[in-house]
Amino acid sequence: MGYAKWRIDAPPGSTTNGGAKIEGDFLAWARSIAMWEAHAGRESGRDGGIAHEKRVMTDNIVPPMNKRELLALIGKTAGASAMYMAMNSFNQAQASTFKGPIKLDGDPKGKSVLILGAGVAGATAALELSRAGYKVQVLEYNDHVGGRSWTLQGGDTFTELGGATQHCQFAPGNYINPGPWRIPWHHHGLIHYCHELGVGLEPFMQVNYNAYVHDTKKFGGKPQRYRHIQADYYGHVSELLAKAVNKGALTDTLAKEDGEILLESLRSWGALDKNFRYVKGRDSSNRRGWDKEPGGGLSAVPIPSEPMSVETVLQSGMWRTIGGNLQWDHEFTIFQPVGGMIQVGRGFERAIGHLVRFNSKVTAIKQSEKGVTVDYLDTRTGAKLTAGADYCICTIPLPVLAQIDMNVGPELAAAIRAVPYSTSVKVGLEFKRRFWEQDEQIYGGITATDLPIGSISYPSSRYGDKGPGVLLGAYTGGAAGFELTALRPEERVARALEWGSQIHPQYKEEFMNGVAVGWHRVPWVLGCFGTWTEESRAKHYTNLCTMDGRIMLAGEHASYYGGWQEGGITSAIDAITRLHQRVQAS
Amino acid sequence: MKNHIFSFGATVAVVLGAVTAAVGQTPAAPAVAQLPPVPAVDPDGAFAGRSQFGEPTGEKIYRRVCAGCHMPDAKGAVGAGAYPALAGNKKLAVSGYPAYVVVHGLNGMPPIGGMMNDQQVADVVNYVRTHFGNKYKDSLSATDIKALR
Repeated sequence: MGYAKWRIDAPPGSTTNGGAKIEGDFLAWARSIAMWEAHAGRESGRDGGIAHEKRVMTDNIVPPMNKRELLALIGKTAGASAMYMAMNSFNQAQASTFKGPIKLDGDPKGKSVLILGAGVAGATAALELSRAGYKVQVLEYNDHVGGRSWTLQGGDTFTELGGATQHCQFAPGNYINPGPWRIPWHHHGLIHYCHELGVGLEPFMQVNYNAYVHDTKKFGGKPQRYRHIQADYYGHVSELLAKAVNKGALTDTLAKEDGEILLESLRSWGALDKNFRYVKGRDSSNRRGWDKEPGGGLSAVPIPSEPMSVETVLQSGMWRTIGGNLQWDHEFTIFQPVGGMIQVGRGFERAIGHLVRFNSKVTAIKQSEKGVTVDYLDTRTGAKLTAGADYCICTIPLPVLAQIDMNVGPELAAAIRAVPYSTSVKVGLEFKRRFWEQDEQIYGGITATDLPIGSISYPSSRYGDKGPGVLLGAYTGGAAGFELTALRPEERVARALEWGSQIHPQYKEEFMNGVAVGWHRVPWVLGCFGTWTEESRAKHYTNLCTMDGRIMLAGEHASYYGGWQEGGITSAIDAITRLHQRVQAS
Repeated sequence: MKNHIFSFGATVAVVLGAVTAAVGQTPAAPAVAQLPPVPAVDPDGAFAGRSQFGEPTGEKIYRRVCAGCHMPDAKGAVGAGAYPALAGNKKLAVSGYPAYVVVHGLNGMPPIGGMMNDQQVADVVNYVRTHFGNKYKDSLSATDIKALR
């Protein structure tokens, strides 16, 4: 089945055929892929879809379950998030290797380093090498520092491959980040540089209980509040497990005393009543919200809400969204730069901008025993120029680098050609007002949907602003990502508007304008980020990172943080550390 | 590269997000972009699934998927790197080569054939090899593609 071979179109960390893994920052549409898979009856590779749970529930919920059945059920439901994380351990579940500011002690011996690319990897290398006393020059294709750490805001233009130019019309203060948009607390390297370079950070609302989970085929297409799905899922799973304990189904696993502790923990975790039931009442409504909220005075009495049935919750498949939010790289605290991710680039530009030659398109990279020579083209004047140095740190994205004439060994050459780049599409939509806040009390956060837009994300800043607001109207990949990319930008915007209006009926009335970025049409990357599999890692990763003569690669593609800025930073620090050791030893 | 302003078709041409100067609109009124209509049902079978392309013919697969990189006229595009032109591309002479690239990817190109069935891969390769100035007589079958996977 083609799907199994398709690395990109799988939830992050999921295991597909032969253990192939997807890596990267794809929470939003990964969730919806999982939902889609479930409804399409496809094997997602992560579990067998919902058919099995359905059988367990209808056949076994009342009669006593044996332990194996029970654990199977829990594994399929309560364990889903744990499974999600466990399977993700290959690439994500370790802290950043960043161990504080790097110190390159010792004499740089007058050596020079040419750095190709001024994204976060190249900028980090430039900053630290110049501090250590190296002579540093950076060549950058764009006219600014930051690379994919990028923001589109009012007044910006973006010309994609094919020539379509978008003129972003957003009101002042509104923006989208077409690339990375959030910074987990454990991305120590990036946070270090944000602090050092004066890049302000503010909380990114990864989880908003009041945002929606939406599925076109469930609940008549009516969006469900995340809170209801989570509370009812936790509640029912807790009640089921409590029943199993009380029926003695776990006596061969748990001592009686531990079983009692488990019961109490389930009451706490699932908001069960005194009889270990998850039912309509104060306990459950304190989680899922009230039909009539508590007030003051004579109208104070709250009215509890009715939980969904266990079958409804399980069969909805919407519990899958919970696991995504429990991921290590999505957990609180998670930040965004104040004013957009471009601020990371600007911070670096303040520090190393004087070392960068912009509008420089690299055309050839040659090394000899004496040094490295790089041919490049000034994209404004057409002038053909050459730069040279003792060493080269190359952060050019691999689809571009694979086309550049370069004399490196066969191992590195093969590695450069072994990493396909992910599709990803983001659409920013500006509306006349923040109706999601004003009408629906959604302040930041993400709505997950099985629609091709994948998700909708609400701005995590300037709450209550009365002017126009911009939300992320699509963040998607997979087949829909390619299909959206093949559309003209205004068609992408039109589709995002049409689909999103199924979740927010206000869309059409309130719409003002939009921008849409399909990463395969971004001229300086040709894709979103490198996608590795376990097989390609085993075969090529070490070769990609190993110094080849005088050339060393860095960037998110040379990291285990696919698609994250932290990968660029940690790979740059690793590369310059090895370079410095080489210089010291020479 | 020539920069095109969006052209929405022969009859309607607006700049996305630009002010549409409606009569009687006050200067403070927000700019509202005009957008192309969205069909209720995609006529080409696009957006049928997250992990499988739904387009039923080679022409539709090319136009709705491949054109994202290789462009609607199959002439490719050039930025810091380039997408190769498929128009008049001599590398298409041996049918197995483009089929292999579609199924297994090449350099940064993803193995996009993983989201197509065998017939779709054959259809799109056959389409490209008989259009855009390519006039190859032989064609691939689904069975040929199966052997490539």
